[in-house]
Amino acid sequence: MIALSSKSQRARLAEPLPRSVWRLVDRGTLTSQRNARAFLITDEAATPDGFDLYLARDGLRLPRELANLIQLPAELNYLSGDDVLSIGDDGRRIRVLWRHTSRQNSILLTERCNHYCLMCSQPPKTGNDDPLLDDAFELIRLLPRDSEEIGFTGGEPTLYGEGLIDLLRLCRSLHPEAAVHVLSNGRRFSHSEFAESWAAVDNPNMMVGIPLYGTEPALHDYVVQAEGAFNETVQGILNLGRMRQRIELRVVLHKLTAPVLPEIAEFIARNIPFVDQVALMGLEMIGLARANIPKLWIDPSDYANELVEAVTILDRSRIHTMIYNHQLCLIPRSVWPYTVRSISDWKNEYHPECMTCSVKDDCGGFFFSAKYKVSDRIKAIPAETSAESNLLSLAQV
Amino acid sequence: MSKFREPVAFEAPTADWQLLPFRFERINGRVLLTNMVGEHLFVSGKDFEQVAEGPLPVDSSLVRRLRAKHMIRQESEPLPIELLALKARTRYRRLSEFTGLHIFVASLRCEHSCPYCQVSRQSSDKTLYDMSPETAALALDAAFRSPSANIKIEFQGGEPLLNFELIEDVVARAKSRNEEAGKNLSFVIATNLALLDERVLDFCDAHGIYISTSLDGPADLHNKNRPRPGRNSWELATEGIQRVRERLGIDRVSALMTTTRSSLDRVKEIIDCYVEQGLSSMFLRPLSPYGFAIKTKSFAAYDVDRWLPFYEEGLDYIIELNSKGVPMVEQYAAIILKKMFTNDDPGYVDLTSPSGIGIGAIVYNYDGDVYASDEGRMLAEMGDTTFRLGNLHEDTYEEILLSEALLQPLDQSFTASAPMCSDCAFEPYCGADPVYHHATSGDYLGRKPTSGFCKRNMAIFKLLLDRYEGDPSTRALFRTWAGH
Repeated sequence: MIALSSKSQRARLAEPLPRSVWRLVDRGTLTSQRNARAFLITDEAATPDGFDLYLARDGLRLPRELANLIQLPAELNYLSGDDVLSIGDDGRRIRVLWRHTSRQNSILLTERCNHYCLMCSQPPKTGNDDPLLDDAFELIRLLPRDSEEIGFTGGEPTLYGEGLIDLLRLCRSLHPEAAVHVLSNGRRFSHSEFAESWAAVDNPNMMVGIPLYGTEPALHDYVVQAEGAFNETVQGILNLGRMRQRIELRVVLHKLTAPVLPEIAEFIARNIPFVDQVALMGLEMIGLARANIPKLWIDPSDYANELVEAVTILDRSRIHTMIYNHQLCLIPRSVWPYTVRSISDWKNEYHPECMTCSVKDDCGGFFFSAKYKVSDRIKAIPAETSAESNLLSLAQV
Repeated sequence: MSKFREPVAFEAPTADWQLLPFRFERINGRVLLTNMVGEHLFVSGKDFEQVAEGPLPVDSSLVRRLRAKHMIRQESEPLPIELLALKARTRYRRLSEFTGLHIFVASLRCEHSCPYCQVSRQSSDKTLYDMSPETAALALDAAFRSPSANIKIEFQGGEPLLNFELIEDVVARAKSRNEEAGKNLSFVIATNLALLDERVLDFCDAHGIYISTSLDGPADLHNKNRPRPGRNSWELATEGIQRVRERLGIDRVSALMTTTRSSLDRVKEIIDCYVEQGLSSMFLRPLSPYGFAIKTKSFAAYDVDRWLPFYEEGLDYIIELNSKGVPMVEQYAAIILKKMFTNDDPGYVDLTSPSGIGIGAIVYNYDGDVYASDEGRMLAEMGDTTFRLGNLHEDTYEEILLSEALLQPLDQSFTASAPMCSDCAFEPYCGADPVYHHATSGDYLGRKPTSGFCKRNMAIFKLLLDRYEGDPSTRALFRTWAGH
């Protein structure tokens, strides 16, 4: 688990910080540029002049002569040049907005949401958090040109309406080659004007990830705890499809959804087959999911048949299908080729049993939150069988 | 108190469910429901009574299944209607494409003398039964008039290789024409392969032409069905298949079988023959009603009763082969499964509605006569010219495609309005076959209770659903076929 937000150990500021978003520069990335840059002190050699802010790693002696200086906590010592931070104006609160070494940067735009999903990993809050959107604009302006993937998450980013569209337009203008991914419950797209605005961003590298938890309103609306959600979400998907926008569907598997997974796959294949991909996602035992363990927990090996059948239906309907967040030892080999190592690096962990497993490097591993609930059927896969059975499983699929 | 609300909070607002169009059929104690685009659901007899008579509860597993398949809705919900409309539109989109398959009868002459063939002629006179370049040019004009983006030209006979110069001529002209038209243009030669030589192979290679041939099964059966001088039809066909596969590519040749009464006890041998030849697809065709049966008007349920066990045994054997890793597709099942599990209608001429005659496929006979289908041409050879739409030398494209000889059978046989079809649960999987019904019962519509077509297809639909419901690996296989 990598910390993405923290507090500085010490902040020595001449006055409140003039801006919140800073791109880090270290000796390796040092140029003449100073605007919106903060220098990251990683050793005790002399520091370059002219930065509005200096950050020092934990354990370093602080140079006396610098006016604006913050000392990082030890858990942020992993930061390096080209990372981007948001820092409170008193220099205390630090959020890591961007780690340039990671391909899994996910930018939180809001914690507000019109859903209250039983298994939400990011429990919604109600306060105004528009500054998150402002930070995101700054971040996009500061990102290196070669950034490959930009992911936005919430809360529900579409609650910003045109504010989100402006941000996406900025992404297209400044980072035309980057894959832009937005997680949304899709309901706002049921208003054609919003779907049109989205399409007018005109970025072929942009995709929206929309969750679907059933084949009809009763189940989906219960899972997301919002009446009318299913009909609006599917209507939104239709509107986006009509405008040839790229769509990912996400189905989080738990005790309520896993038993009807083949029916969900059939529904997708029959009603919205134009989606670009479907992600079948293991449950993350964090946030609201922890409060609902009795309602939601099912051992993945108990939905093996449903998983295989759903993958078959989707795959044979030529819908690109991926299995996220699943441990290989709990799912049939025939669906291994569909698995993606998808747990964000900053929250990925392994089980002691995994240490002797021959397919650990191909496995999704665990969310760090698995400590709250994990299958008791986790079992290392011995080396001698894995190569052979991998081939077998590929042949079957 | 929990921050979360219970499922009951998300039930439908009322129990006033509105039924959307669906049809039903009782099968072995259960009831099959199909919606207007062919999605299906099995429910118990008791559940069905509840659906039919009401009231349905605001929520139950039955209600959820019915909602998922758009068989019921809340009156306030527009989404189920919109989804049904989208699916129906997808299903019928082929109609705006119009005719895609254009059959050129290059020659009626043939060196085979198969008893089940009504059309071929034994003659060495090229002028009598070969298509002339002038006729072919008119046929090509007609083919390029079709609005379809996909134009497939299939050369048939007789044996079309007996008039190979014409094939060369048509392919060259079609290709040069297509430089402007920009269609997705493809060619097939339907040949018995007896006359396959290097010139033909070179030409097919240069122009990406596909080969469709006949293979009736093991050598003795095939050679009995398909006599030719030398009694070596099977040897020439199988040797030809290998040559085509090696020269043109493994998927460039496919084979079709004709089922005769002698085939009926030998379905496994026939399938094994296809496997041995390295073919991965076959078509267990019904007995043809054209010919003897029509002349005697004796073709009906009797033949279907004998044929169905042949089909069932064959289908099960093909499923078993697949489970052993031998890839083989039964094409007729694949066509139906596509209609069951996707929104696509492959538009197979004999199993689509409106019928595919004329508007899916059309036949330009060697003499310029235009027929609505290949079977229509066979009927004409037996003296019944009902499905002759006109002649390329005498009639315009509009006159041909708007002739009563085409519009009447299309209109009268349309299953969505045909008695007994319109309320049949299998209607979305089935089709209209006005040529068959005209031949067997004297009108385009036919009488369904005595129709061999209806009996055969109903039995196949039930068989496929039974195998699909029965076993997950068959389900996966059927899904694969449906996705082809």
